[in-house]
Amino acid sequence: MTAPISNRSDARFEGYHSARWAEPVVMELSSPGRRGAVFPDAGPVPDLPPGALRKARPVLPEMTEHDALRHYLHLSQMTLGMMGVSLFGTCTMKYNSRIGERAVAADQLAEVHPLQHPDTLQGVLEIYANFNDMLCELSGMDQFVFQAGGGADAAYTHACVTRAYHASRGELAQRDQIVTTIQSHPCSPATANAAGFEVITLSLEENGYPSLDQLKSAIGPRTAALMVNNPDDMGIYNPEIKEWIKAVHGVGGLCFYDHANFNGVMTRVRARELGFDACMFMLHKTFGAPKGGGGPAVGAYGCADHLVPFLPSPLVVRQGQGFALDEDRPQSIGRVREFWGNAPQVVKAYAWARAMGAEGLREAADLSVLANNYMDKRLGELPGVTKSHPHIDAWRLEMTRHSVEQVTKDTGCTVVDIANRMTDYGIDALWLSHEPWVVPEPFTPEAGELWSKEDIDYWIDVMARVIKEAYVDPKTVKTAPHKGAIHQLKTDGMEDPERWATTWRAYQRKQGMAEAAE
Amino acid sequence: MTKPHPWMANSASDAKQEMLAALGVNSVEALFGQIPEDHYHSGTFNLPRQLASEVELSRHLNDLLSKNATAADNLCFLGAGAWPHYVPAICDEVVGRYEWQTSVFGSPTSDHGRNQAWFEFCSQIGALVEFDFVGLPVYSWGCAIGHAVRMAARMTGRRTVLIPAIMDPERLSVLRNYCEPPEMARHIDIVEVAVGPDGCIDRADLAAKLNDGVAALYFETPSYHGVIEADPAGLCQAATAVGAEAIVGVDPLSLGVLEAPGAYGATIAVGPTQPLGVHMNAGGGVGGFIASPDTERYAREYPTLNITIAETIEEGEYGFGLTLFGQSSYGSREEGKDWTGNSVYLWSLANAAYMAAMGPAGFEEIGRLILARARHAAQAIDAIEGCSVDLSRPFFKEFVVRFDSANVDTVNAKLRDQGIFGGKDISGEPGIDGQAALYCVTEIHTDQDIDRLVAALKKSL
Repeated sequence: MTAPISNRSDARFEGYHSARWAEPVVMELSSPGRRGAVFPDAGPVPDLPPGALRKARPVLPEMTEHDALRHYLHLSQMTLGMMGVSLFGTCTMKYNSRIGERAVAADQLAEVHPLQHPDTLQGVLEIYANFNDMLCELSGMDQFVFQAGGGADAAYTHACVTRAYHASRGELAQRDQIVTTIQSHPCSPATANAAGFEVITLSLEENGYPSLDQLKSAIGPRTAALMVNNPDDMGIYNPEIKEWIKAVHGVGGLCFYDHANFNGVMTRVRARELGFDACMFMLHKTFGAPKGGGGPAVGAYGCADHLVPFLPSPLVVRQGQGFALDEDRPQSIGRVREFWGNAPQVVKAYAWARAMGAEGLREAADLSVLANNYMDKRLGELPGVTKSHPHIDAWRLEMTRHSVEQVTKDTGCTVVDIANRMTDYGIDALWLSHEPWVVPEPFTPEAGELWSKEDIDYWIDVMARVIKEAYVDPKTVKTAPHKGAIHQLKTDGMEDPERWATTWRAYQRKQGMAEAAE
Repeated sequence: MTKPHPWMANSASDAKQEMLAALGVNSVEALFGQIPEDHYHSGTFNLPRQLASEVELSRHLNDLLSKNATAADNLCFLGAGAWPHYVPAICDEVVGRYEWQTSVFGSPTSDHGRNQAWFEFCSQIGALVEFDFVGLPVYSWGCAIGHAVRMAARMTGRRTVLIPAIMDPERLSVLRNYCEPPEMARHIDIVEVAVGPDGCIDRADLAAKLNDGVAALYFETPSYHGVIEADPAGLCQAATAVGAEAIVGVDPLSLGVLEAPGAYGATIAVGPTQPLGVHMNAGGGVGGFIASPDTERYAREYPTLNITIAETIEEGEYGFGLTLFGQSSYGSREEGKDWTGNSVYLWSLANAAYMAAMGPAGFEEIGRLILARARHAAQAIDAIEGCSVDLSRPFFKEFVVRFDSANVDTVNAKLRDQGIFGGKDISGEPGIDGQAALYCVTEIHTDQDIDRLVAALKKSL
């Protein structure tokens, strides 16, 4: 009699293999005449101007409903996501509750039009209002708005609010600079630039953050705003942030707190009490709504009273016994995106926050910091693994930036090779670092409060195993993955205008040209 | 914590104690030493009671959301940026998959299936609009317009965009933010081109405003008021003749019957993705696409993440990975093209499944059906004493209903009492004298629904 698989010591390491369907591109599944959807007969159709009529049918697949469904389910099965272990730093991977999904999938939210009369929107507006109150309580801010379609869009919202605030004081032409740090998320400098500001980026110093002196030398009458995160993605908290804010306020600038790394400081600090004028929470990550591979997302943007007049419209407000959408806001920046936000994500985030309560949020913060330091300690014992700013002996917050530079020097295996090989064990690709890499061969795991100690241990054990492989059998690591849905991509043609193809049309055309040339 | 939380494995005390022991500390509090004392919030947090049990949470959410009235239980004739369309069941099944909902970023191998589905979204949009380059989706149609206009400004070095004088105020407000206030050095001037009595762009006014300082002409077909442009090729040709980009906004559901922008000389196409298998979601279903020729002039200005098909190291096998990442804000921070970030990528999977199930014949049928139903509804409404619709205009899905004396707000309130969401009140908007509403009729509306609307309108005037 064979032992149950769970008793085999290596089962978890060796047992994984991705689904592999060798699935064609959907266009290749086409067979002329097949239908996946039909509609009632239209009857007489009005005449249209000849210049407006389509001449050639769109080259879309012709397939049955069943074949279309199976195709996309095959593709979903070849997506690892959080089916394995995903400790993807900076994204704070949480449980995406099924009750949240069920609530928003019902007609009572899914089949609601945003321009319905507010009398018919009282349920969703009440959730917006209640959740606004909760975020105000957590941050100390006076008002939140949920229109921004992601964290970066909330940073952009801040840049737009900054323009309106300074314009209202007649100072916009003068205040043309936004200051940030090299450890801020790329969306802070990018949205500041897209909103028309010049970007000044502060560099890191000995303590893992820029000095107050460096900040002071960068600010002045041209400063419109400061945009920073804290802690940063290395788990380092800037203890001088209050002095930073005083300095920026002293020259007339606004201070924006990118609260993407809220998990570690949740229920301990409040953005407004530190002095910030505005902040942003990522509802799709920090508040348990799914990331979905890249949205739909919500950057909940909150601010203090002095910026409220400039917030995007409409705002959800309490009116009598009910709730209304306030559009009558003459100083508002208007829209950063149509309508009033990704309501399903707001509802899911509200559901998550209600399921947690104040005590659950505190527990989540505690567990995420505890788990990170536990990981940090165990990873530090692996050969060739170091971390940023090793001279700082303080415990890190909810994540730590590590490096496998030594492994790369010793074996030629880079952090990307290691990440690829780890997927052979059911671990989704690691988060490395945002650009620029201030730490060579970086990786940034974040355990959060969801993952069990066993999952965290497994993750570390896999990394240990892969590092060992790198030293004894680097070829296996460098050619990984071996148990994936497909093999490693050849990256050489992907940046070549003659070969890149973002559509099947382009691919066919370029293949045809390449074959003709041969 | 009185009980371990179902969503936090380590809230059961053994795991916590083991990790504390491994770190050699007695309490979690010791791990927060980086935060100075005076940064701590001194009080407690006044949040509503914890609902850790799913049975309580489910009841609570249902109690709240059931206060909404829905387009499923009422007849909905609202459009204007979010439209009541039929969402095939397979689209819900596809976006409900946990693998896709929980995917972060992954790698071309670990999240291969999702990357392929992204590529198929782009490929099928490309087939509809007849363009070879399509980026991953952006937040909304308005945001797609904003990015396309900024692309045009960078490509041409010019700083004026022409838009129709009648444009959806939601999209226009988004565009104004993208074009920056006049104080900014890279401000883009927005100049309105008159819309003629036929609802199309006024060619004489366009000619007067097109010059070698114009970065782009933007127009929509169907327009905000639903009007189908009679000569989109002529408009594009007029723009490109002065070196401007011709950016066209299209409803993808119209493209089984209306010509593809890539076929009549547009240089960039944008549009909404919500009609392609995504619920309205109280406005949370919106998304936008950007498409263009696949030349470096265009490709190198995309702010989006872009996914390309590529070979793997295994002969004959292909996969999908990012291209032109370096020009994104992730790759180049403030040197990047505008910015990108989490967008509406999960919806693109519903869009991909929708387009695959529809196929060319499905798009043709739904296009004809919407044309016919909207026309029928418009004729029936026009026949009501006190209402009128300009039936000389060819329109798709949406049309303007003018009221001789009735107030739209009052009419809509009466319609609500009869289980009908009337058209969007556009009284006072550009191009509208008097009282008017924008009605939307799609494949979901039956002849009986139109009869019900007509009867209710008659009672409400």
